[in-house]
Amino acid sequence: MSYEITVSVNGTEYTDSVEPRLLLADYLRDTLGLTGTHIGCDTTSCGACTILLDGSSVKSCTLFAVQANGHSVTTVEGLAKDGELHPVQAAFHEEHGLQCGFCTPGMMISIAQLLDRNPNPTEAEIREGILGNLCRCTGYHNIVKAAQTAAQTAAGGS
Amino acid sequence: MVSNNFEYFAPETFDEAARLLAKYRDDGKIVAGGYSLIPLMKLRLASPSVLIDIGGIDELRSITSNGGGLSVGSMATYYEISRSAAVQSAAPALAEAAGQVADVQVRNRGTIGGSLAHSDPAGDLPAVFLALGGTIVAKTRRGSREIAADRFFVDLLTTALRPTEIITEIRFPSAGARSGSAYAKFANKASHYAVAGVAALVTLGADGTVTDARVAVTGVGSKATRAKRTERILKGKEPTASVIRRASDRAAVELAGDVTDDIHASAEYREHLAKVMAENAITSAVERAGG
Repeated sequence: MSYEITVSVNGTEYTDSVEPRLLLADYLRDTLGLTGTHIGCDTTSCGACTILLDGSSVKSCTLFAVQANGHSVTTVEGLAKDGELHPVQAAFHEEHGLQCGFCTPGMMISIAQLLDRNPNPTEAEIREGILGNLCRCTGYHNIVKAAQTAAQTAAGGS
Repeated sequence: MVSNNFEYFAPETFDEAARLLAKYRDDGKIVAGGYSLIPLMKLRLASPSVLIDIGGIDELRSITSNGGGLSVGSMATYYEISRSAAVQSAAPALAEAAGQVADVQVRNRGTIGGSLAHSDPAGDLPAVFLALGGTIVAKTRRGSREIAADRFFVDLLTTALRPTEIITEIRFPSAGARSGSAYAKFANKASHYAVAGVAALVTLGADGTVTDARVAVTGVGSKATRAKRTERILKGKEPTASVIRRASDRAAVELAGDVTDDIHASAEYREHLAKVMAENAITSAVERAGG
């Protein structure tokens, strides 16, 4: 049983024949080789596999690749543009927003989603925005700082 | 984790989805957002041989309100519901509950129709649906029927939905002037499922007494359940803090013998949380009703 899908990933269209049960996270990692999307818990809890689907953050371990047929996906590899880090990536670098780095791609996508909807979030809103992402290093403090710095950068501050 | 394999259909119209479900019946399963069904499929607790994805049927997404009430399409996501001005004004408890479901990613993907059809014992929306006295519109290829909230939840993960029916719309009656609704929950810290969640709808008369109250509890027993004893205590009385406290103390009476006892909370603690959440929800609902 296979099903042909066409998915736009980070601006490039891919057409592949997949088993319906192939998870979107596995499609991105194994079929397309985009291993920036991590799989942590595999149970919709940890958020390491978070990507944008048509601009909305979702957990790609809990979607079948066929459900993304005809839709547009952004992974962490699609955040930087023209060799320039995305403001959220630059802020993670600046604020040391990662320790082991495993949760980082999902965290950055969630914060990109948050700032897209709410460019000037409070600290509480940032923590609410990353509720679906777990950092087992418990490095939340600097992750929140990175989100604040990214908001300032995006607003044109220094 | 990998689910069993299945055949996949992505119909673009409701009629096509209904035709497919009529054809495959118990072998087929409707998938909306998938955030309740796919975890079960990965654990192989559910193994449908045919998956019918209604995500591409745009007509199921609309949210509209008029004098008669609020209509929410079954494919409206928690995020869309929580942000909808129509929902916030007509059914604040629904917007409040949708905004507290799990996390941002789940709210972006999960739908009201999926939540109600799945009928998770710790789901948030079932309690709100009961308290607000909603109605489900369930359609097949041949026709449609309305199912009242009080008749919808049958047992653990079991609803009155028939094998060939698809939820297309959820209707909420207009609550009228001097009505207020609210949802309060004590969430599991990791999953944000309700350890205990209570939705309340309160209507006040001209003299400030409660003319109608509907209260429903989720997370505590095997399905979302009306707290009718609590409602009866509230009705006809001025909703003072002590009346609300006395009514809330009875919030888990209907669930006696069916209170969940697990690693997240003992039965005794769950019952206690139900009372506290009832007090919070009723107090907010009364405030919103202008009491």
